[in-house]
Amino acid sequence: MASAPLPVYNSNSLDISSCKNVSRESLRMELLTDAPLLPGEERVIDKDIIYICPFSGAIKGRVLISNYRLFFRNVDADPAVTLEVPLGAISRVEKMGGASSRGENSYGLDITCKDMRNLRFALKQEGHSRRDIFDILFRYAFPLSHGLQLFAFLSQEKFPENGWNVYNPMQEFRRQGLPNDQWRVTFLNSTYELCDTYPSILVVPYTASDEDLRRVATFRSRSRISVLSWIHPENQAVITRCSQPLVGMGGKRNRDDERYLELIRATNRTTSKLTIFDARPNVNAVANKATGGGYEGEDAYQNAELVFLDIQNIHVMRESLKKLKDIVFPNVEESHWLSSLESTHWLEHIKLVLSGAIQVADRISSGSSVVVHCSDGWDRTAQLSSLAMLMLDGYYRTLRGFQVLLEKEWLSFGHKFASRIGHGDKNHADADRSPIFLQFVDCVWQMTKQFPTAFQFNEHFLVTLLDHLYSCRFGTFLFNCESMREASEVKKKTVSLWSFINSEPSSYSNPFFTVDLSHVLYPVASMRHLELWVSYYIRWNPRIRQQQSPMEQRYKELLALKEQYLKKLEELQLSDRAPQVFPRGPHLSNSASPSPSSPPPRVTRLQTPF
Amino acid sequence: MLSTLGGGGGKPAKPSFVSYVTPEEINQTEKECSRKEKHPDLLPGEVIFCSAGPVLKSIKDDLFQRVVYGTLLCTNFRVSFISDEAPSDEEAAQLFKNKLYGENDIPLTCVDHIYGGFDDKKKLIISGFVKNKYPSKIIVCCKDLRLFHFSLAYAKEEDAKKIFQGIVYHCLEPKSLKCVFAFSYGEKTLLNKENQTKPKTVMFDTSEDWAQEIKRTKGNCKLISNNADFSISAKLPQFFIVPTHVTQEDLTKFDGKGIPIWCWSHHSGCALFKTASLPLMQEDASSQLYKSYMEGMLNAVAQTHLYSVKTEELSDSLPTVQDIQQSYSKFKQFFLLDNTNDFWMTDVKWFSSLEGSCWLDIIRQCLAKAVEVVECLEKENTNVLIMEEEGSDLCCVISSLVQLMFDPYYRTLGGFQSLIQKEWVMGGHRFLDRCNHLHLKDKEQSQAPVFLLFLESVWQLQQQYPPAFQFSETYLTVLSDSIDVSVFSTFLFNSPHHMASIAKAMLEPGQRSPVNWPTVWDWSVQFDSRAQDFFINPLYMERSRQDKAPRKMPRPKHQRHQSLPSSAFKFSPSAKKGFLKDETDSLKKMLRVKRLSRWMNSPDSAQASTREFFVAWQRRPLDYHGLLLPCLEGPTLRLWSQRYLRWIPEAQIFGGGSITILKKLADLLAEVQDLRGNLDRQACRADFNHQGVVARAKSSIQLSSAFPFTMPRSRSFKPAIPIGPLHSLITDSLADQEDEENLGIV
Repeated sequence: MASAPLPVYNSNSLDISSCKNVSRESLRMELLTDAPLLPGEERVIDKDIIYICPFSGAIKGRVLISNYRLFFRNVDADPAVTLEVPLGAISRVEKMGGASSRGENSYGLDITCKDMRNLRFALKQEGHSRRDIFDILFRYAFPLSHGLQLFAFLSQEKFPENGWNVYNPMQEFRRQGLPNDQWRVTFLNSTYELCDTYPSILVVPYTASDEDLRRVATFRSRSRISVLSWIHPENQAVITRCSQPLVGMGGKRNRDDERYLELIRATNRTTSKLTIFDARPNVNAVANKATGGGYEGEDAYQNAELVFLDIQNIHVMRESLKKLKDIVFPNVEESHWLSSLESTHWLEHIKLVLSGAIQVADRISSGSSVVVHCSDGWDRTAQLSSLAMLMLDGYYRTLRGFQVLLEKEWLSFGHKFASRIGHGDKNHADADRSPIFLQFVDCVWQMTKQFPTAFQFNEHFLVTLLDHLYSCRFGTFLFNCESMREASEVKKKTVSLWSFINSEPSSYSNPFFTVDLSHVLYPVASMRHLELWVSYYIRWNPRIRQQQSPMEQRYKELLALKEQYLKKLEELQLSDRAPQVFPRGPHLSNSASPSPSSPPPRVTRLQTPF
Repeated sequence: MLSTLGGGGGKPAKPSFVSYVTPEEINQTEKECSRKEKHPDLLPGEVIFCSAGPVLKSIKDDLFQRVVYGTLLCTNFRVSFISDEAPSDEEAAQLFKNKLYGENDIPLTCVDHIYGGFDDKKKLIISGFVKNKYPSKIIVCCKDLRLFHFSLAYAKEEDAKKIFQGIVYHCLEPKSLKCVFAFSYGEKTLLNKENQTKPKTVMFDTSEDWAQEIKRTKGNCKLISNNADFSISAKLPQFFIVPTHVTQEDLTKFDGKGIPIWCWSHHSGCALFKTASLPLMQEDASSQLYKSYMEGMLNAVAQTHLYSVKTEELSDSLPTVQDIQQSYSKFKQFFLLDNTNDFWMTDVKWFSSLEGSCWLDIIRQCLAKAVEVVECLEKENTNVLIMEEEGSDLCCVISSLVQLMFDPYYRTLGGFQSLIQKEWVMGGHRFLDRCNHLHLKDKEQSQAPVFLLFLESVWQLQQQYPPAFQFSETYLTVLSDSIDVSVFSTFLFNSPHHMASIAKAMLEPGQRSPVNWPTVWDWSVQFDSRAQDFFINPLYMERSRQDKAPRKMPRPKHQRHQSLPSSAFKFSPSAKKGFLKDETDSLKKMLRVKRLSRWMNSPDSAQASTREFFVAWQRRPLDYHGLLLPCLEGPTLRLWSQRYLRWIPEAQIFGGGSITILKKLADLLAEVQDLRGNLDRQACRADFNHQGVVARAKSSIQLSSAFPFTMPRSRSFKPAIPIGPLHSLITDSLADQEDEENLGIV
């Protein structure tokens, strides 16, 4: 098999290379036998191929496709080029060029990925050499479109930690001090009867009966009624979330819904007016009336104030990310970088989401309760409530707490991960796909940039999170809502991403983390401080150096040095003790005290959050 | 340390040798002083000109606008506002206090623009004499980007008029050099005679300093020391270094122009030179003379190493000083914002505004040019001669950047200061003209923030490779501020000759020693030692001794091998590469046809080659004590947010900013150093106490991203909520599309 596609010398080169290749071939086979495979991962095909690297040109090598990933390694080991793409990250596979295409490396495959890169492979232009690989790739990259299972259900991975135990809704509500005299836990939705996209356990005003909830559900889009997300431990102001009211063109009113929101307001004495944050731009909210939706009218909800947050819908976000990809991959736009970046509006959307969350957090900390919704309350609403909670509650800024936040606000409340990401589905142009969760993680990253000591997790954690959002290696982000996950027995049949993360927490921990629970974090939602997340969006570009954070490294070195000195000092003092017991004594305890107090608290807090 | 000669801090001394003001004004001053108790702690040599009160200063505290009553003064050093409120004695505010001027003081030379507020109109003031009405408000924009709003509405009309005229006169009107405060100050202070700077800064004012420098870099050029009386040229420093083959006769030909001045030697033996270029393109009688002279000089440069030379006329490819000035004028406006509304309105188009100013692009161009020069020295081992008209603007920028990228010594605090002494102060950068502190009308054209441009470029390098620099971002910011504090000799003159002649002229009979101006490097003039701790980058690590030893041996050898002509030049006969000895003729020919500008290549291919060089360098493991190249891709060049955003309350991240990490690192570092100290003392059985760590631990002050320049005053944070017609800007058809979620509404 010739690996060099030189169409002109085809017949000749074939002979030469085939006899030469005997030894090389075996070498190459060896090359991929050591390819890393996960338990449960199976090889499907391997093949000689040319990887058209957008940065350094054509690279000859061999590709392996398993039921989990695409793995490529070059022939010349120096410099070693390897590519590893979980098949879940592939959004589109296309054939490039035809049998008659001219030019070098014009015949092959073009792969579009969900993680901001495209891959091109060239094959020899003869004997339908790409047919098998294309078919296999297409089948395994989109298993659900071909009656196959997602890899998460085939994986045999085992971890010491069980990530499915991270989130226990009752435990989380108890942490928040719930139930209390104003709020009760209801099991009305335990069989997902009330609302199929909501979690089974809900917290509602104490004074609202289950019958009330049922009636309110008829007036909220997809029965997503207003329920509690978070309560302020001191002033008792609450964040509640729901979907839009079904006002419609006729401007329908619903006494039950109006009364229900009034009950929510009344749970907190300091809230004279309930603030309803409608995440949408005003015009969109109005337009929604045409399809039966709408917003809370002033006359109907007298003790409420409605604020529109101007956050655009999923389609706008999708297009914005597409534009961003255009200017960063493969090459970073050179001549007008800043204005190109501006024209993608990506950071402007980030700014609006953050500024919406700031407003929510601000209302809560000044003691007034809020309701957050958008249209169906599973995209923008999830962004806003979770970001506001991240600003307000230091617990969510820990590694465990953040997992709880995602499990609660995103997974249990039915952010449609399956539709937004399109796990295992071949319809790359599906209008339901949108990078809403990526946008949220970007907002979190912006916050970690602005408050580098406030988060227990590091950037690597966020990138890993996004990688496995697509990879389908873990069950965490599969399916659209809790009820579907339960029906598919996700917890039984798949491994949680948190099992993977929590089995090795040190690599995801921020050494600078300082516990400061009292302090509300208000990021500055200004373009002056928002920046493009280069180490995620442009991470494939070798020209942008990926520095492993020198700060972290230096800090760890200093910590080690400190331990070392303390030890030495202690030894010295111990050896001094015999002749001079008294004067050295107090110093010993004095100098030794910083050692247990400084680094270990991080560890203890990790194990027992609150 | 400074000590006061005449009168204590309270009593202003009368001006002795220059008349700043009319006698009338002085009388006025004295009256004012006796009447009013409030005056600032005057510096030695500082005199109050006029004052007025009550004046209202509006301040934005954590986003809330409020006013403070006080007195406004104008002295020969500053405009000062003395608040009626008790000064905050918070530890935080004291932590980084500048001893020369406080948060309510504006050194006269730091004033950039003054606006007059007439009712609700704002007018740029250019002269103290106003036709009709005096403004009720004075708005002062400072060069360090502070913005002051003073209201004169409650002061007596007479006072208001006087203070307005005084401030405008002393800040904006042309004046003579001797009116600059440094002269009164220098007369009244004694400098510490011992080494003034800590760490040691090489001043390059003696031949020993230069000899030491050429020894350090193992250069093979010769030191010229017979310009001590500026007999060779007033444009050159008293001591300088030239290629060995430059003769004494060559030196005196064109008043210093065309002489290749040695900057730095690469370990391979090739070196970087700079020169003020001769007008070669002119077609007149002298042009032939110039050309043959230049040929000789190029020959001399080439013979420094392997008979190779490349020249670069910087004005061909870099922006002019006027471009730099224009771009910066546009740029700085983005940070002088009157109110919150302005802030959020300009936020919407922030990136395109930044781009529109071209400031970041100019920084990029300078860095890119420096990388090109580095490439020649490092990869091709070719001597490089950079030139420009005066040889003291962009030549200084590029040569210092090249040295900073190559030489880890210059990335230490002392090394960096020495580099500025060598390239900028002794290199004859026209600081006085470029800053135009004298507001001379005929010098307006030459005003340009060239030195700031250099500091900006250094900041970019520093933020890309933080552990490589001993000095901190705060140090660079303070240094950029110090340019406009008219106390230091460093930034006061146009050349060493200028300084020497002024000093000489001031040697009055009877005065024993010449006037002593402190250099900016004597940081104790501005900051106490605790504040100076902020200058040190806690990420910096000195190269350990184990590291040094093994690396030294193989590296130079390897490099020298690379630079052997057989391997380096055999396959590269193109003009882009160096010249071999037998190519002298073609060199001469080239010179006649065209100056050797560019590397005889189209700019595109030069760029491609530089990129290749960068990628090759990047593949090697990063050594913070080795060669550093900046990444120049769009997203990697950033806004120096500490310098530009520190005074804008809306842009402050309370409890955040990268400073929170650095503070943690610095605290830990201090702790480790204390432990180390304790260990050492323990080892020698001395008593030790543990106070250091405890004292440091206590200072857990509330930080914000603008630390240490501003501190959050109140702890009741109110978030900055963006305002403005944001949604209207996204004119995307998708925005009008129906929401996704209502597809299946029942």
